[in-house]
Amino acid sequence: MSTPEQPASDPAKVPETDPVKEPMPAAPHQLVPPDAERQMRRLSRRSFAAAGGAAAVGFGGWLWLRLQSEDAGIPWFLRRALNFNERVGESYFKVSRLAPTFAPDRVQEPRVNGQLGLQDAKFDRAQWKLKVEGPNGKGGREFSLDQIKALPRAEMITELKCIEGWSVVVNWAGARLVDFLATYKLGLRDSNGPQAPPNLFDYVHLETPDRGYYVGLDMASALHPQTLLCYELNGKPLTMPHGAPLRLVIPVKYGIKNIKRIGTIRFLDTRPPDYWAEQGYDWYSGL
Amino acid sequence: MANAMKRLDKKHPLPTRCFHWLNVPLLAIMIWSGLLIYWANDVYRIGLGNFTLFHFFPDSWYKALSLGGRLAEGMAWHFFFMWLFAINGLLYVGYTLISGEWRHLLPNSHTPREALDVVLHDLHLSKKPLPRRKFNGAQRLAYTGVVLMGGGSLITGLAIYKPIQFSWLTGLLGGYEMARWEHFLLVIGYMLFFVVHIAQVIRAGWNNFRAMVSGYEFTAAEDAPYEHS
Repeated sequence: MSTPEQPASDPAKVPETDPVKEPMPAAPHQLVPPDAERQMRRLSRRSFAAAGGAAAVGFGGWLWLRLQSEDAGIPWFLRRALNFNERVGESYFKVSRLAPTFAPDRVQEPRVNGQLGLQDAKFDRAQWKLKVEGPNGKGGREFSLDQIKALPRAEMITELKCIEGWSVVVNWAGARLVDFLATYKLGLRDSNGPQAPPNLFDYVHLETPDRGYYVGLDMASALHPQTLLCYELNGKPLTMPHGAPLRLVIPVKYGIKNIKRIGTIRFLDTRPPDYWAEQGYDWYSGL
Repeated sequence: MANAMKRLDKKHPLPTRCFHWLNVPLLAIMIWSGLLIYWANDVYRIGLGNFTLFHFFPDSWYKALSLGGRLAEGMAWHFFFMWLFAINGLLYVGYTLISGEWRHLLPNSHTPREALDVVLHDLHLSKKPLPRRKFNGAQRLAYTGVVLMGGGSLITGLAIYKPIQFSWLTGLLGGYEMARWEHFLLVIGYMLFFVVHIAQVIRAGWNNFRAMVSGYEFTAAEDAPYEHS
């Protein structure tokens, strides 16, 4: 040691000059050499204290976040974040943006990934009718599979994307939901009004006949031209495990919204319940 | 130690230090929540045909880190913290461009040669002294690379988050499944970066590490201040 160490704890000996806020005008990078050690100790103390404080606040914040109450399976602030993302997603969504379609050689047999809502042993396919109603069951109507099949047939090869992270290319055929609504003047708040968004209900609720599975959709996604009431999969009539007699295919949503064995379609202005959204998943689930 | 022989030099500006340290928990939360999501379809492996050398990830790992069966939770955290990760990263890039700090960081014509010298030096294959720079060639490549990887995570993430609304982007990346794989591969890249980065920080020593907190480091009095290239 060529210079005796100054006791760092003695405030009188610590120079007033603050190199962070008041750089020396002549040579900003240089300090008087004997002060370098003391300056460094002072700067380090201050910055490490600030960093430690910030880390403690951050960690405390994390612990606090982990203690928050839940809203449908996830902490409330995450639910709020999902709803915020939904508004961002909805404002960016365009009906004209189509899901990519694929060549027939890419088609695969989809796995059966869920039996929810399909377990009713007494379900009689021959007796099945599609129920369509307004809020609280008002204005209920029934449609046969033949009536759905009489609508213009749409066929498309799109990729079904499961929320689990896998995907499969499938050839779907059915009637466009938008054609079904337009043909039978469904989904309208006032049946004499225009068949356009201002007069359409905000949401669609679909459920299986036993109500064991149900999904909610925003009207914009329901009206997407690739949203089908599907009765054929890979060129064959829909099988029971895949949702016969009629299922929804909606490529702008994750697989969870592609409900099998539709029993009832309901139109309403409040956000309908959704099976997986109640289990912590995003209600919107838009792609 | 002779105080007269050394001097205090400003090294890292305060915004750089803030963005760097904020990124530590943000990236950690993104990777953790990403693993909660990946668990639900953990198909990636290193192998050939039916032979698997390593499966990402063994069940024991999920169990040890309690990563299994938490898909919904993982998605919710991921799609909350994605905003903070993106904002922090974009602010860092913006600051680095405007402040001129990019001159220390972007690779230039000396970089490839210098990076090779650094690697040979660090592997004790060469005794050639390294030039005195704020960031040497290897660091320039690593730090520029990891920032590009951050951008890559945002882009591949967007491509699998909204693959229909951004189908053009998903298509450019080779499709939905390719984009998911690329998104995952970048995480492996962060892990490799992390291992080397931590090892190098330990090697470089306290004076270097302290500068990432306090902003200042000691330099020999006869050394000139850092230049931009």
